[in-house]
Amino acid sequence: MIATDQNLAAMNAPIGTPGKMLRRKQAWKGWEIVFWLATIAVYFVFPSKLLLMSEIAILGLFALSLDLLLGYAGIVSLGHAAFFGLGAYTAGLFAMHVSGAPLLGLLVASGVAGVLGFASSFLVLRGSDLTRLMVTLGVSLMLLEAANQAAWLTGGADGLPGMTIAPVLGLFDFDLFGRTAYFYSLAVLFVLFLVARRLVGSPFGLSLKAIKGNLLRTQSLGVRPNRRLVAIYTISSLYAGIAGALLTQTTQFVSLDVLSFQRSADGLLVLVIGGGGYLYGGLIGAVIFKILQDWISAITAQYWLFWLGLILVVIVLFGRERIAAGPRIIVSLMRRRFPREKSA
Amino acid sequence: MKRRNVIFGALAGALAATIAPITFQAARADDTVKVGVILPMTGPFASTGRQVSAGLKLYMQQNGDAVAGKRIEMILKDDGGVPDQTKRLAQELIVNDGVKVLAGFGLTPLAFAVAPLATQAKIPTVVTSAATSSITEKSPFIARTFFTIAQAAVPLAQWAHKNGINKVVTVVADYAPGIDAEKAFSQVFEKAGGKVSQKIRVPVANPDFAPYLQRVKDDKPDAVFVFVPSGVGAAFMQQFKAKGLEEAGIKLIGTGDVTDDDILNSMGDVALGTITAHQYSAAHDSKENKEFVAAFEKANKGMRPNFMAVGGYDGMHLIYYALEKTKGSTDGKALIDAMKGAHWTSPRGPISIDPETRDIIQNIYLRKVEKKDGQLYNVEFDTIPNVKDPVKAGELK
Amino acid sequence: MLTILFDGVAYGMLLFVLACGLAVTLGLMNFINLAHGAFAMAGGYITVILMDRLGLSFYLCLPIAFVAAAILGIVLERLLYRHLYNRDPLDQVLFSIGLVFMAISGTSYFMGARQQIVHLPASLQGRWHIVGAEIGIYDVFIIVACALIMIALQLILTRTRFGSQLRAAVDDGRVARGLGIRVNRVFALTFAAGSGLAGLGGALGSEMLTLDPTFPLRFMIYFLIVVTVGGTTSMTGPFVASLILGVADVLGKYYVPGIGAFVIYAVTVVLLLWRPYGLVSREAAR
Repeated sequence: MIATDQNLAAMNAPIGTPGKMLRRKQAWKGWEIVFWLATIAVYFVFPSKLLLMSEIAILGLFALSLDLLLGYAGIVSLGHAAFFGLGAYTAGLFAMHVSGAPLLGLLVASGVAGVLGFASSFLVLRGSDLTRLMVTLGVSLMLLEAANQAAWLTGGADGLPGMTIAPVLGLFDFDLFGRTAYFYSLAVLFVLFLVARRLVGSPFGLSLKAIKGNLLRTQSLGVRPNRRLVAIYTISSLYAGIAGALLTQTTQFVSLDVLSFQRSADGLLVLVIGGGGYLYGGLIGAVIFKILQDWISAITAQYWLFWLGLILVVIVLFGRERIAAGPRIIVSLMRRRFPREKSA
Repeated sequence: MKRRNVIFGALAGALAATIAPITFQAARADDTVKVGVILPMTGPFASTGRQVSAGLKLYMQQNGDAVAGKRIEMILKDDGGVPDQTKRLAQELIVNDGVKVLAGFGLTPLAFAVAPLATQAKIPTVVTSAATSSITEKSPFIARTFFTIAQAAVPLAQWAHKNGINKVVTVVADYAPGIDAEKAFSQVFEKAGGKVSQKIRVPVANPDFAPYLQRVKDDKPDAVFVFVPSGVGAAFMQQFKAKGLEEAGIKLIGTGDVTDDDILNSMGDVALGTITAHQYSAAHDSKENKEFVAAFEKANKGMRPNFMAVGGYDGMHLIYYALEKTKGSTDGKALIDAMKGAHWTSPRGPISIDPETRDIIQNIYLRKVEKKDGQLYNVEFDTIPNVKDPVKAGELK
Repeated sequence: MLTILFDGVAYGMLLFVLACGLAVTLGLMNFINLAHGAFAMAGGYITVILMDRLGLSFYLCLPIAFVAAAILGIVLERLLYRHLYNRDPLDQVLFSIGLVFMAISGTSYFMGARQQIVHLPASLQGRWHIVGAEIGIYDVFIIVACALIMIALQLILTRTRFGSQLRAAVDDGRVARGLGIRVNRVFALTFAAGSGLAGLGGALGSEMLTLDPTFPLRFMIYFLIVVTVGGTTSMTGPFVASLILGVADVLGKYYVPGIGAFVIYAVTVVLLLWRPYGLVSREAAR
């Protein structure tokens, strides 16, 4: 969808070795650099919106984890909050009982979420899309119930207050303005994005796309799809776990909502708004969704949902490709105007 | 590969820049005091948000927005009942809008999420609608104008024992206030010599009570004690009737949430005779309350105020009162100190803020659902004056 | 025991009426309509308004709820939905969830955020005592009504000209068009019928399921579960699935109240692992 001109470019280019093709696909486009520079510029342009921005970064990371699954491997999930929530609770409990070091917390959280992801990945290998939606949903809702029942551990519906998160790297304390929260979330997002970018450009990533495109044909090429699907499911849940852990660490609170159906649905919604399969979809979707939500609900706290719904309907009827492509069109226009400056 | 270095360089540069302090300017004029209100205005608890915000607004409407030479401005935010949203909104309100007081909070976890912020930023926080006992202990800057579950459940347990009820089944929503209710009621009831034969917890989200009620019925208790969140009571009531518990001679008792004034009237005759203990009824017989109910209904298209609305109304009163006492000073410590020991006559009757716990002390009324002028009301028939939160008073463990 | 079983059957039947419209749109027209619950909510609210404000009888409200929801369905179908039949499923999801948001907010604007309550007529209240079990009259009413709907649907789909036109239109729209079937009309009518059934379900179920503006979101999960577990190729599948889930849910809550909420999800996951394409399906039809 979005990647059309990218594909076109790939097609028009002289055919080289597979290695060359991969490397060409890995090259950074101008607009990508602009995108990441913009995330830093945000700090100076909207210093009062940093809390919202770090929330966007976390939601973006969550959507990115879904993108790996849906956009690349074609597995739909309506229960990704299971991993998000597990990561969030792990990070919270870790900070309370073991250590408040944030990076260590991220690692542990992602590990635990990854283990659950690996274990449950075998459930989604069979069945149609609809079946997968429901199985993932069922698993996440059972986990939600379990967290609710295990009040001695999770605080149940009260949530888990009273954790202290140590300063990042021992240097940057989480402040009231959300500066540390923003840069911390952004840095984690960026690093994980680089990894994901590398991953989808690798032969492994291409094989996933092939599985998504045509399962039977891929099998006949000697690829074992199930193994690869298990792998990407695990990676994706790991990412979601980190997103959850980030939320815990930046808000210093965990509640049952991290596991809710709403959380999964939001992630999916954001990804669908931005479009899947080119990694930026989740991030752009998160920006659009959260800013719209913030803006409309500031105008009408009671009925913002109506206008959000209307905008979604209009987006679909108008064509979401066109809207999501908007920023890139602007960027490419700018590039035509100022051809040399950015790559310097 | 070179470009990537450029990006890293830029990132590192930006990180370095953050260490340099940037001047932060919050838009605030000296004579305006901003009150940040965070409530669930959408989602399953939207009716709470509506009632509380209407109560807050009504108080400002009636009393003007000027106090001690300052102008009060209320900023309303919707958190949809999700704690991380509450926390973020509170933080933004403090940092960006420069609010001096926070108020609202529709559910216990929402108040919990904000408590550390209140302490850190020294912002007095008035909890108008979350009822778990321990909330006021989470921060020395939290005061409450609502009620605690135990405050209502303990008098009810005592009343039940005195009035020939010996065997009770408790049915509570499975979250903090529900569990509070279950504990408070059964401890006091059993200590008095009654028997709680079963303690059933029902999921908050799925209000299909029929199977649980069938279980209650088969147990044949004298009464069933119920706590469900405000708004879910109607479904419970209907299925209580439909399952024939009433005909089986089982009484229905509970805290006032189940006969919430907001929806009581539309429940119909099934609700008649239900006995509850609570701090507010729209039928409370006093001059203050009659004026309050009339003004509230006029301002809100005939919506009847419930205990949430009064929580909001009194919450705003407390803020006004504190500002008056500090002569307009918005220092957090001064404001919260001014709130301690405040006492006044609210629509619900005389109330005060306990100077030690910053929690509310109020009358608890025993009420029975009756028909008055063709409408259903919780009619008060007994008063237990000046009840402190029994949990913090050490009456319960 | 019998009482509980009966409750479960009634609950399951209700789920079926609510979800069968979705089975039609999703299974036959391949359209993911998450806004299905909004039509159910419309039916419920129409019943409440007609009964409370105009004093109409409950029995009269049921067909009105059906017709009104069906009209609402057909209007939306002609205006909006039909543009999306051939779109990406994710577009359909986004679009219909947008509609759900609008429905929730709009309802809360016009009707308030509080619960609405349907008062059943006296003739449907009370219980019968049959061989030691107590059976609610309204439960019987629901079961009979749903059974009739089920039979009617099955007959229409398999025995009538319209049913075969619909199946033809779904299998291959172009060929069907070539045969002179007015595919658009068939789809519009089918959509209307599906919405109408949801509206009827909402009216029937508002007593049991509590009606408030968040209804479409709260029950979306249940609808999807029923349709997925049942399979989307027939009406029998969702019907059996509704019954199993309804009974399992009620029994679970009665016998093990501590973990009552688990049961329905656990049953769903187990059933789906056992039959990934639904209880009744042409194996791997999709």
